[in-house]
Amino acid sequence: MDSSGLGWWGVLLAVVGGAIRVSTPFLFVSLGECITEKSGRINLGLEGILIMGAMSGYGISYLSGSPWLGVLVAGCAGLALGALHGALCGLARVNDIATGIALMIFGTGLAFFLGKPFVQPKAPNLPSIPFGWWSDSPQVAAALQVNVLFILGLALAFGLHWGFSNTSWGLALRTVGDSSDAARALGYPVNRVRLMATAAGGFLAGIGGSFLSLYYPGSWNESLSSGQGLMAVALVIFARWQPLRCFYASLLFGAAGALGPALQSVGITSGYYLFNAAPYVLTLAIMIATCSPHRSLAGAPGELGVTQ
Amino acid sequence: MATHSNSRRGVIRALGTGGVLAALAPRFAFAQAKPIVIGVIYVGPKDDFGYNQAQAEAAAQIKKLPGVKVVEQEKVPETADVQKTMLAMIRQDKAAMLFPTSFGYFDPHILKLAADHPTVRFAHCGGLWSEGKHPKNVASYFGYIDECQYLNGIVAGHASKTKKIGFVAAKPIPQVLRNINAFALGAKSVDPAITTRVIFTGDWSMPVKEAEATNGLIDQGVDVVTCHVDGPKVVVETAEKRGAFTCGYHASQARLAPKGYLTGAEWNWLTPYTQFVKAAQEGKPLTNFLRGGLKEGFVKMSPYGAAAPEKGRKAADAAKAQMMKGGYVIFKAGMKDNKGNVVVAKDSPQTELELEKMNYLIEGVIGAIPG
Repeated sequence: MDSSGLGWWGVLLAVVGGAIRVSTPFLFVSLGECITEKSGRINLGLEGILIMGAMSGYGISYLSGSPWLGVLVAGCAGLALGALHGALCGLARVNDIATGIALMIFGTGLAFFLGKPFVQPKAPNLPSIPFGWWSDSPQVAAALQVNVLFILGLALAFGLHWGFSNTSWGLALRTVGDSSDAARALGYPVNRVRLMATAAGGFLAGIGGSFLSLYYPGSWNESLSSGQGLMAVALVIFARWQPLRCFYASLLFGAAGALGPALQSVGITSGYYLFNAAPYVLTLAIMIATCSPHRSLAGAPGELGVTQ
Repeated sequence: MATHSNSRRGVIRALGTGGVLAALAPRFAFAQAKPIVIGVIYVGPKDDFGYNQAQAEAAAQIKKLPGVKVVEQEKVPETADVQKTMLAMIRQDKAAMLFPTSFGYFDPHILKLAADHPTVRFAHCGGLWSEGKHPKNVASYFGYIDECQYLNGIVAGHASKTKKIGFVAAKPIPQVLRNINAFALGAKSVDPAITTRVIFTGDWSMPVKEAEATNGLIDQGVDVVTCHVDGPKVVVETAEKRGAFTCGYHASQARLAPKGYLTGAEWNWLTPYTQFVKAAQEGKPLTNFLRGGLKEGFVKMSPYGAAAPEKGRKAADAAKAQMMKGGYVIFKAGMKDNKGNVVVAKDSPQTELELEKMNYLIEGVIGAIPG
């Protein structure tokens, strides 16, 4: 180890920095999916919405010069796709899993089609807040460059955590998700609540996508997403449908993604494929650990997975 | 230029009676009247600021030649998909010549289709065509871009203050390793103490991982970053944000990094494309093995960025002048890999085929070939 590099501390720093940098899309998509699943519906199309959000956010940022307008439009694109999913699933005998997969393919294809002209141009990116100002080390300063969206996501996780149990809409959402019969008896409009929950989930996933294209890595191209949208669905199960746990799980997934490159930067290459696959291995391990034919998961909304 | 072209007689003899040329000759006689159809296949989007864009720019120029029609397809994976794409171009578009540009298309995909369609010419980028082993209607072309990487290394070596340089690489295939090694040797020619750290991301386009790798390298004190991935945009932009210098690859990324861009290694595929298409139009035999470097106009350097130090420019210009004369040797006898074994037995000029089978990282490179 020498003066200019940080050696093992650098690995730790890269993992912490990576957790903050890489986790934001996971956070938004998983919070969105959390809302949707709380209402008793699953949306597997979030991957497509994420990519659509990334493309539209980048495109609008480039055309208008304002990255924040891009974020908003990305959210609205997600909202529209989420509402489409919600409306389709509201019809009789429509399977939400199949619709979700169709939506994923549709969103991805549409984004690739519309996104062609935006691969080359350089759009203005979102600003970040330098929380590392106190440190003389440029590495620490860089790792603590935190994007505003990350903070918004954190606030949102707390907000949702509180809102689910302390507000009337939180109660409506949970009732609809746990037992649609009970919700109907109480006079809640089941389909409308689900439609709104799916649209809100789409909105957040769209914003998660705009983070990818507008902050980190910060440019639009067709291989931008490496399955973050799908992994976020697993992450929600891992987090037991609790927004705060979604936040921790997102950090964990972000850190797992940063581990491979960080270890290579100090010259550790054994187990290279395994480290690069860490987020996916983690997803798989979670799925195996949490699935059981004999019991349903603690915290799972009762209506989830019921064929409608 | 290393051309292992076959004489017309040689080809006919090799193929026996009724060989390829006999079949091709009347077909190309009408080339003037009926346009020749050229199919170009890319592994990614053709405007990726990188590998595919460099190929697509050449294809766009070829399109303007008289009597040439170009059909293109993007984002074709290196799987059986590319066979379907090639087959569609041959059957539906009546393509007489294909440029399947990605490295992984060669074996087994191109080899299989070439054997089935002996009248179609296949020109593949980067493959290692060998006499007797591969069909005669297959050609491989490539540029000695490691010459540019060596020059990149010289400029980077002069620009670096920490004596640490970072290299974000996709897959450990010979061309990538050769670029890493040439770059490291260029940097070492400035100061033998300079080290080059390499991170493999595992695939040609992994934007998040490329950004993480760049950040990880800079955290380790690296102050010049370069890369060999399909689209260097993410690496160059991330390094610019962190205030590090960059050397570009494939095409010029100067616009993406106005502060830190030193220079870059760029392709000039128009040279081989034009040769291949002209030969096809005139019914001349296919040059099976086409290579060239700076001197032959297959590769070029980006103009120096504002950050490139004066001493580095001079040193790189001097080395470039030597290369333009021809016969410049980057890989010299007795060079060791980073494990201490002698890997270059004799002075290897650029045309040396052993260099295209490279499977080591040279001394001064920190990192290992995974797998």
